Amino acid sequence: MSKQVLEKILKKFPSDIVNSHSMFGNETIEIKKESFFKLIEFLKDNRQFEIDMLIDITCVDYPYETNRFMMVYHFYSTTLKHRIRVKAGLPEEDPTIESITPLWESANWLEREVFDMFGVNFKNHPNMKRILLYDSFEGYPLRKDYPITQRQPIVGPLN
Amino acid sequence: MATDKGNIENILGESVVLTRKDKLLNWARKWSLFQYPFVTACCGMEFMSVYGSHYDASRFGAEYPRFSPRQADLLFVVGTISHKQLPILKNVYDQMSDPKWVIAFGTCASTGGFYNNYATVQGIDTVIPVDVYIPGCPPRPEAIMDAIIKLQDKIAKTKYENRESFNLSEEGDNE
Repeated sequence: MSKQVLEKILKKFPSDIVNSHSMFGNETIEIKKESFFKLIEFLKDNRQFEIDMLIDITCVDYPYETNRFMMVYHFYSTTLKHRIRVKAGLPEEDPTIESITPLWESANWLEREVFDMFGVNFKNHPNMKRILLYDSFEGYPLRKDYPITQRQPIVGPLN
Repeated sequence: MATDKGNIENILGESVVLTRKDKLLNWARKWSLFQYPFVTACCGMEFMSVYGSHYDASRFGAEYPRFSPRQADLLFVVGTISHKQLPILKNVYDQMSDPKWVIAFGTCASTGGFYNNYATVQGIDTVIPVDVYIPGCPPRPEAIMDAIIKLQDKIAKTKYENRESFNLSEEGDNE
């Protein structure tokens, strides 16, 4: 089933797909960030796909690529048991992407975590602030250029 | 026995035991370590086993946990301490009343362990003084009992500068 999903996506967004891949039930689409939100809407609105679960949102830092930050979204269908992975590359100077929280409620904290660790901004997110780290923390620790020995201890008690 | 005739204990008989005040105080303290477990990670499992009946830490007078730092005199820091956790640990330590002792339980609490990253404190002794370090990931129960015995030895050696002062002056380095 996920292969058919992939084919339908390829047909629907022929010019926006950067890359796609299909092997052992792993269907992956890499899409331009401009049409990313439309693709997620398409996946959600097409009832025959029965994609009903957002498993994870994460990001990968490729320091030497033009699109340095690769957003990765995993979707799953609990009824048809198929998975689909959506990727979107973001440039270093403007790591901003549309928030999918209006479509998937569970994306709220996942996007905040990505913001916390990688500094990716999410447009239209209802509460875009750090989730795990503290407000006085400077920088984004999971970026490859964050020094491993850098420490930012909290001074004074938390309120 | 004839030479001991003038000994005051012989004169008084068995009704009286003589000792020094600091020795008595240290003896009382070392056998009643009310501990506060500050458990944050997997070392807690080992902590539970050593404080269960099988290993029985109550033999060292250190069994009774107080879940308020104000009533405790031994702080067990069990597990990894992150920078976000650190102000809480400091708060707990500051709330304990003197005399107080700290045991760094396991490699993470002692040095940060293998967590060399943005989130982890590289040893709690960067913030609060530590009396005994227990290495191990997690440490064996025998190592924990050894640490309690070492702490008891340390308490027994505590000296008091004058009669009125209960300030602790420590002998030697941290063990």
